[in-house]
Amino acid sequence: MTTEANQQAAGGASGAGEDLLVVKDLKKHFRLDRKTVLKAVDGISFSIKKGETLGLVGESGCGKSTVGRTLTRIYEPTSGEVEFNGMKIGGRIDRGTKRRLNHDMQMIFQDPYSSLNPRMTVTEIVSEGLVIHNPDMKPKERDKRVHELLELVGLNKSHAGRYPHEFSGGQRQRIGIARALAVEPEFIVADEPIAALDVSIQAQIVNLLKELQKDRGLTYLFIAHDLSMVKYISDRIAVMYLGTIVELAESEALYEKPLHPYTQALLSAIPLPDPDKERTREQIILSGDVPSPTDIPSGCRFRTRCPFAMDSCAAVDPVFREVEPGRQVACHLYDPEIMAKEGRELQHQ
Amino acid sequence: MNQNILEVDNLHVSFKTRNGAVPAVRGVSFSLKKGETLAIVGESGSGKSVTAKSIMQLLPKQNTVIPEGTIRYEGKDMLKFSNKEIQSVRGSDISMVFQDPMTSLNPTMKIGKQIMEGLSRHTQLTKKQARQRAKEMLELVGIPNPETRLDAYPHQFSGGMRQRVVIAIALACNPKILIADEPTTALDVTIQAQILRLMRNLQEKMDTGIILITHDLGVVANMADRVAVMYAGEVVEQGTLDEIFYRPQHPYTLGLLRSMPNLDASRAQPLIPIPGSPPDPSALGTGCPFAARCPYTMKVCHDYNPGAVAISESQAVRCWLQDERTPPEHIPAEIKEGRRSTEEAAADAEGVTA
Amino acid sequence: MTMMFPKDGDLKAGLRKADGLPAEPTADLFTPEPLEASVREELSKPAPTFWKEAMERLFKNKGAVVSLAILIILSVMAIVGPSMNEFTYREQHIPHSNLPPKISGLEWLGFNGKDVTGTDVYAERGVETNYWFGTDEFGRDVWTRVWKGTQISLFIALVAAFLDLLIGVVYGGVSAYYGGRIDNVMQRIIEILTGIPNLIVIILFILILEPGIRSIILAMIITGWVGMARVVRGQMLQLKGQEFVLASRTLGASDARLLRKHLLPNVMGPIIVTVMFTIPTAIFFEAFLSFIGLGLQAPLASLGVLIEDGYDAIRSFPYKLLIPAVVISLVMISFNLLADGLRDALDPKMRK
Repeated sequence: MTTEANQQAAGGASGAGEDLLVVKDLKKHFRLDRKTVLKAVDGISFSIKKGETLGLVGESGCGKSTVGRTLTRIYEPTSGEVEFNGMKIGGRIDRGTKRRLNHDMQMIFQDPYSSLNPRMTVTEIVSEGLVIHNPDMKPKERDKRVHELLELVGLNKSHAGRYPHEFSGGQRQRIGIARALAVEPEFIVADEPIAALDVSIQAQIVNLLKELQKDRGLTYLFIAHDLSMVKYISDRIAVMYLGTIVELAESEALYEKPLHPYTQALLSAIPLPDPDKERTREQIILSGDVPSPTDIPSGCRFRTRCPFAMDSCAAVDPVFREVEPGRQVACHLYDPEIMAKEGRELQHQ
Repeated sequence: MNQNILEVDNLHVSFKTRNGAVPAVRGVSFSLKKGETLAIVGESGSGKSVTAKSIMQLLPKQNTVIPEGTIRYEGKDMLKFSNKEIQSVRGSDISMVFQDPMTSLNPTMKIGKQIMEGLSRHTQLTKKQARQRAKEMLELVGIPNPETRLDAYPHQFSGGMRQRVVIAIALACNPKILIADEPTTALDVTIQAQILRLMRNLQEKMDTGIILITHDLGVVANMADRVAVMYAGEVVEQGTLDEIFYRPQHPYTLGLLRSMPNLDASRAQPLIPIPGSPPDPSALGTGCPFAARCPYTMKVCHDYNPGAVAISESQAVRCWLQDERTPPEHIPAEIKEGRRSTEEAAADAEGVTA
Repeated sequence: MTMMFPKDGDLKAGLRKADGLPAEPTADLFTPEPLEASVREELSKPAPTFWKEAMERLFKNKGAVVSLAILIILSVMAIVGPSMNEFTYREQHIPHSNLPPKISGLEWLGFNGKDVTGTDVYAERGVETNYWFGTDEFGRDVWTRVWKGTQISLFIALVAAFLDLLIGVVYGGVSAYYGGRIDNVMQRIIEILTGIPNLIVIILFILILEPGIRSIILAMIITGWVGMARVVRGQMLQLKGQEFVLASRTLGASDARLLRKHLLPNVMGPIIVTVMFTIPTAIFFEAFLSFIGLGLQAPLASLGVLIEDGYDAIRSFPYKLLIPAVVISLVMISFNLLADGLRDALDPKMRK
């Protein structure tokens, strides 16, 4: 991505409210062996305002989980700038910053079965953050706090001495949420928190997350592949494809009029739980598969599957540009210069 | 009207465990016609997969008991089949597609050979003819360069392409019934759309009856003609696609539909979750299994589990709300409304067909 | 049109009820009675903890329980056996050499003091005292020597297994936890060690050092820890990516806390099983070394030394071989069965 894009990304995000998190040109590459580098996240820029929920959607392997894990510093970013609450957390960070980060930024995980240590009781799990960040707290106080947290997520103190395997998936996910809330974070990265849950349970967790946000002014990065739930919980949505963000917009606007051909295809591919609509709507079905992130196509990454691919798509990287206030797309169809060169009409004014 | 090619009647399946028999399927009945798609919907542990596997008799013999019930394929009870008879049906008349395309292919065998394996077992085709047929099948499921791909190994295919190969294998012998157990759960949405369209197209061409096992109501709306909703090993409601989505009669069906966000719905509108968790199959009481999570529970629900009642030509429900003794003011408006329009809809449908 | 519902035509068919209730629900039951919200979150019954459940499963395994009992008995005998009579394991008494086993009351079992030709050696030589397991060619009491030997064999095996455990856990843990280049180098070292046939390493080692308990133990652990290190590394690598470990890291847990609270408790199962399989291997190895003459030297006794002695006189004095052979077999079978049982009990895949 070019520097122009970064400036735009940073500028485009300004609006009402204060930015809690600003990410500029973040990259995370994994070296698999001497020759292959997996570019899981390859230059993404976005910002999240305080109290806002940004949805991050994309198919498996697009790098959305890596974004979350790089932000929470489970992975060291390869390059790029990240500013969180005024702290620079992009490159190497010192102990104090790390400690504050571990306090202010928390994560909720996908798999409720592997996200809780099977050898620890619920109290031990939920109080871990308290033990680490508040070692002077008396055990009694700590227990009280754990009980409060359990009640907050809809469980009760009779659950405190139990082990994870005694709980159902939805209950485990709530224990995971209580663990994250124990240190009173400002920002929570929710990495597909409902993907592994049953349909009837998903709404419980989504409602809980929304309620917590309302009561505590939490900011979320909500990572998911299920677009209908993302739309429901997010204020804005970023769509990722092969390590880059291809479109970022207000969630209503994105669903009403997706601009990027990939977003269009993604939206039309979700089967709706409504037979009448399913019978009448036109589906755009993409051909082919997602290329491997170790072997990314030149130019626009989506061109191999895009129904509108042109010559320029293979030659020029699309710029992630603002096409409407608060709306950015990385696609040549919305770039006046490229379209003039191709002798085609601009898709969007 | 079409004849039923598969009839499952009062099927019970239990698993033997250290702590005694645990019921997984408790009295399931449904039928499938030629060329139609029946979706079996339910959450994990509802018994939907077990039901599918018991049709194919793929459950481990040493710890499965089928104490009651019949599975009739073209009028013959498959549960009484000998091993040989089952094997002749399996893969030729009835075949199955599994959830995980990564594990349902043999990694050490060329895919052409995997397709031909079934053909040589169930048909009289020569090797050359079988290879030709395998090539046609790959072409049919939309795999480019089928001739060269016949000699490729599974790891050379992507997830979506593998699932296409799995479908090619399943359909190679022109089965009358295809059982698809969460065929797209492991795939991405854009690939899922490809596979669902492929299955619909092939169904039209070959007139296959499909039993589609899924938890995704979107997939159901996209694919099914009829739907059976399973909960705790029972079919709590079944009916046509429109009946289930627009006139649900069981509180569980209603709850499932209400807990899903609609792409049109505004964000301010809260989702209505079903409280609690699905029951533990080893600790099921005698009452209605949904009573603990149902907003309309009555005294009777705790001790008596209702049987199924037919409320239209095509819709049946297991719920005490359908009993005439239930005070009318206790029946929620959605269910009342749905019931009235069912009769009207039935009348309409009669009018259309006549 | 065919009916879709073959039998369940009305509410009565397929109806289920609790025992002792009227067949048909009465009309008064049709009154709303929803459950309290808190009841919905109630857990059925307290499930046993992991270790308790594992122990329960272990004790249901007959083979493992019998093995455990045998091992306890043998261990007790190894401790108290040598002091149960007035003889010591090294005291020689040439006039009483090569006496067959004799226990009064157990003559019918073969402990009758008669040799292979059927003559009562005790009566013939006028020996008053009964040697329960007989004596060897120097007149040393075999009973005392067998239990002393068991004691030494078990000691060697336990110490070797414990040191394997210590080195293996630390090495495997460091290798897996820090990963990257450290892991790469450490794994290459392991590969080199396993590349050399360990028998050669051990034999060279013993030739350099004086044969004795210490050098045997050293020789065994020089390559023995590799298996444990591999097990621990594999398990740790798997655990490291688990979301609960990541969660603890995002909470800011230190390396020590991660290892102590999250990683080690979860590899305990495989570690215990590996140790249990190491012990019989060590016992066998010690016996093997003694048998080829590289083990302990007389008058020290280990099961291997006794078998070697007995082997020389197998025709005329079979009891000298038979008794230690039975003991070593019992020890090895029991440890293996117990380890098997533990593995089944601790394997998470066995959980339902």
